[in-house]
Amino acid sequence: MPLFDQLYNFARWLTRNTEEAEDLVQETYVKALKGFASFQLGTNFRAWMYRILRNTFLTSRTGLRATMTVPLDPEQDEPELAVENETPETILMKRSDSQLVVSAIDGLPVHYREALLLCEVEEMSYQEIAETLSIPVGTVMSRLSRARRALRDHLGQKLQGDEAGMEIARGTNYGL
Amino acid sequence: MVCETWKAKLDTYLDGELPEAETRSFDGHVRSCQSCSADALTRVQMKRAIQVAGKRFTPSAEFRRRVQDIAHKPQRSLGLGWMFAIAAGVILVVATLTSTYVGTRSDRGQVFSEIADLHVTTLASSSPIDVISTDRHTVKPWFQGKIPFAFNLPELQNSDFSLLGGRMTYLEQTPGAHLIYDVRKHHISVFVFQEQSLRAKLDDNSLSPKETPFNMETWSQGGLRYFVIGDASAADIDSLAKLFKAAS
Repeated sequence: MPLFDQLYNFARWLTRNTEEAEDLVQETYVKALKGFASFQLGTNFRAWMYRILRNTFLTSRTGLRATMTVPLDPEQDEPELAVENETPETILMKRSDSQLVVSAIDGLPVHYREALLLCEVEEMSYQEIAETLSIPVGTVMSRLSRARRALRDHLGQKLQGDEAGMEIARGTNYGL
Repeated sequence: MVCETWKAKLDTYLDGELPEAETRSFDGHVRSCQSCSADALTRVQMKRAIQVAGKRFTPSAEFRRRVQDIAHKPQRSLGLGWMFAIAAGVILVVATLTSTYVGTRSDRGQVFSEIADLHVTTLASSSPIDVISTDRHTVKPWFQGKIPFAFNLPELQNSDFSLLGGRMTYLEQTPGAHLIYDVRKHHISVFVFQEQSLRAKLDDNSLSPKETPFNMETWSQGGLRYFVIGDASAADIDSLAKLFKAAS
């Protein structure tokens, strides 16, 4: 089944629910089968399949609810901050806690989450992501930038909170 | 360029999306700048962490079976021809991509199935044509030195067909030519191979409709084996086949 595992993984991230993800993938294949005749020679088959899935998601109840809470893309992004001595990534490397990354991705607004997953997990080019999401390449770059920053912020807060907690715990133990 | 300007483009650089010249400049800078190389390293680590965490969900075997059943089942709302072509097309793509095409078909059936597979997977590809041209005098010379034989392409003037281009293909580990034509928005593939290179002994037009959902014609001429296949009508397939026979 072409792209089956990848589409399911993407659907599961979008819907955050196993049953809804299965319904979404099933509907995607039904629509793809019906619309196979409209698939244009020379266009990207993978982007076409993901676009069907994503458009189906956006018109679902969960999709509508998710997109209503997404902030608008700003005209320009703020410049990236210079790297600090202790960053979320360096702390993460030390702890190798993938569950934290999972919850950070899950916490992203859906438009950032989908762009990030298509880029990092599916390894799509910016052009391919633009085709899949039906947005300009500039917007893809903007969403990726904001997704990564949001992820760093989330991880930073979480990790530094945990580090502080561990410091307190260590202090308490020392006192005992 | 100051480091802050580089850092603003660091993610684009790591995504491999900067223009080539800028990428080369970036490579040089990252190698010589400790701050940027440290930043690049941490971002690469983050990309890997996202990649690992992102590949998290796997469909159940029961769900996979359910969707496969749907793919095999004809859709009621479609016309009969499309219904079979689409369902079989997807099944063939599945077979090719997952390499689970199991069976004990005869050599002949195997050849016809592989031709259908080549046709479907090419149309589903993001780059189906290697030489894009409507001019037969451009497409034919492109195959020189790539395949061990020569063939003629028909003149299409006053016909409904148009040439879209061609690509190299392989059947039973034998190189051949794959030409793609358009007729009323249907795509037709024409495959040409050396007859002696094919293991299966084929009779002209011996294909039973049960063996593939597409319309197909095959014949041997001048030591070459031709296959014309597509979801266009049998009459269109036959017309294109006749044009090739006349040109050869």
